[in-house]
Amino acid sequence: MLAFTLRRALQAVGVMIAVGIISFVMFRFAGDPVNQLVSIDTSAAQRAEIRKSLGLDDPVLVQFARYFADAAQFKFGVSYQFRQPVAQLLKERMPATLELASVATVLAMTFGIMIGVYTALRRNSWLAGVLQAISLIGISLPTFLIGILLIYLFAVVLGWLPSFGRGDVVRIGWWTTGLLTVSGLKALIMPSITLGLFQMTLIMRLVRAEMLEVLRTDYIRFARARGLTTRAIHFGHALKNTLVPVITVAGLQFGSVIAFAIITETVFQWPGMGLLFVQAVQSVDIPIMAAYLLVVSLIFVTINLVVDILYTIVDPRLHHTISRGA
Amino acid sequence: MTHPVLSVRNLRVEFPTRRELLHAIDGVSFDIARGEVLGVVGESGAGKSVTGLAVIGLIDPPGRISGGEIWLSGMRIDNLPPEELRRVRGKRIGMIFQDPLTSLNPLYRIGDQLVETIRTHLPLSPAAARKRAIDLLAEVGIPGPEKRIDAYPHEFSGGMRQRVVIALAICAEPELIIADEPTTALDVSVQAQIIALIKRLGRDHGTAVMLVTHDMGVIAETSDRVAVMYSGRIAEIGPVRDVVQHPLHPYAKGLMGAIPTLASESTRLVQIPGSMPRLSAIPPGCAFNPRCDFAFERCRVERPELIRQGTQDVACHLYDRDSKEHAA
Repeated sequence: MLAFTLRRALQAVGVMIAVGIISFVMFRFAGDPVNQLVSIDTSAAQRAEIRKSLGLDDPVLVQFARYFADAAQFKFGVSYQFRQPVAQLLKERMPATLELASVATVLAMTFGIMIGVYTALRRNSWLAGVLQAISLIGISLPTFLIGILLIYLFAVVLGWLPSFGRGDVVRIGWWTTGLLTVSGLKALIMPSITLGLFQMTLIMRLVRAEMLEVLRTDYIRFARARGLTTRAIHFGHALKNTLVPVITVAGLQFGSVIAFAIITETVFQWPGMGLLFVQAVQSVDIPIMAAYLLVVSLIFVTINLVVDILYTIVDPRLHHTISRGA
Repeated sequence: MTHPVLSVRNLRVEFPTRRELLHAIDGVSFDIARGEVLGVVGESGAGKSVTGLAVIGLIDPPGRISGGEIWLSGMRIDNLPPEELRRVRGKRIGMIFQDPLTSLNPLYRIGDQLVETIRTHLPLSPAAARKRAIDLLAEVGIPGPEKRIDAYPHEFSGGMRQRVVIALAICAEPELIIADEPTTALDVSVQAQIIALIKRLGRDHGTAVMLVTHDMGVIAETSDRVAVMYSGRIAEIGPVRDVVQHPLHPYAKGLMGAIPTLASESTRLVQIPGSMPRLSAIPPGCAFNPRCDFAFERCRVERPELIRQGTQDVACHLYDRDSKEHAA
């Protein structure tokens, strides 16, 4: 078990080094960073000075080592446009994104599993058919369109919810949260629905398919032959077996929820990392882009690792094969 | 008056498909007495397993029982509401399936599966149910049951898993056990142990056993009586010794003749020419007539009913006095 965890952790480090190389390469291929820093009438001597002071004259390998050592300590350099340390900017924006992504995932999991189980157990009812049809829409409509439709309906026509921003936030240490104020919660509703809808339909369809599969297995048939109650069979035996693959997908999806938040945050002007990234792209603010890439990858890789370990806890068969050293 | 534990009367099971209505079971009747083992044999698709599933009420929709009656110790069970039928399953009828590797839920400890089943049917505390589960595991021959009760199914071998499955099937002392090919998925050496176990449990508890298999050897070893099924009907039923040694129905003769023996001198395996008709193409009259060497006009027109011949019942026109005279 420990060996397995260690091996997976080493693999994760490997992935992060690869991502580090890519984000480092971005600096070198996205134009001369010095040009981004200076104005047109800066003299060549001054440019050379800046180049030297930034260490851009050193060999590539040295630069990469330095970049990597800094990145490992979350020193991502200074933003060209904000003239602030990138780490500081990301840290300020991160709570907004994580809060949005978490709420969206919780919504998606809760409703996705509930509706998925319902449509699997009552697959011939009209409501199951309607939910299936709606899920098709949810899976095929682009996020920004859903966001804009929601804004039009609830912010413009009905005026119930704010159309942009995060509302009032409460500061707890360096973390800011909108979960404790009424305006913060109201502001969270539409973005989290927009962000979570795709995940919800995905989870719902996955749960439905898995559940139908599990209900056909021999052990469910044997559970029926033993006279267990329908409730125990559906929500004990079938659901637990259904959730094993669902946990994996939902866990892995949390990473893409954070990544997809770029679009939702843009639509709702949500002050998170995604919006910061979009602004950085518009002004070719490479330090932010590179740092965002690294941070999102780190989150992805961490989630992968956690899901792998969780998997072995839920499924005793894996635990067994792993402790045998497979 | 004592009732047989299981009494099936003129059972019919049909499966509607897009194009037609398939009759998987077409008028099957038999009884099983207390402590008796009835073997049910036949080729794949003869309706053996479906008969077992019909008795326990687990035919997969859209399949359904379309006629006949099923009585369990004098109580009619084929028309019970689902919730009452559920109470019968597991408590009064235990079922054992073919593949012990897939019959147990891989995510639950076997103890949890046993305790859950016991507590569904018997008013026991968790501790008492656990005690009973350990006793059951000991009874089906699992060594060290106090330790093994907390193991997961994948930690057992196939034979041991089938023992756990049997423990689950008998945990509420059922009157009837339906064993659907309980040894097919096991090694030959393990098969004999499982058969001996089922036989012993039936004897010790006075349980009636319906043993579905295509293995004549297993039937000969365990059963008191045997029913030979063909195309959803019973071709012949009687005491196992008589049916094995003196089969009457041409199909049963072919089946018994097809068992290879070490003593026989022929080098070719005996086989019945042709194959069992598909459910969608059962011929009129006797379903076996296209493959039968003795078939005559009546066999192609009129379906034979079971006729008593000594200790055996056989569904064949050859044994009907009328047609004998007719043929002669």
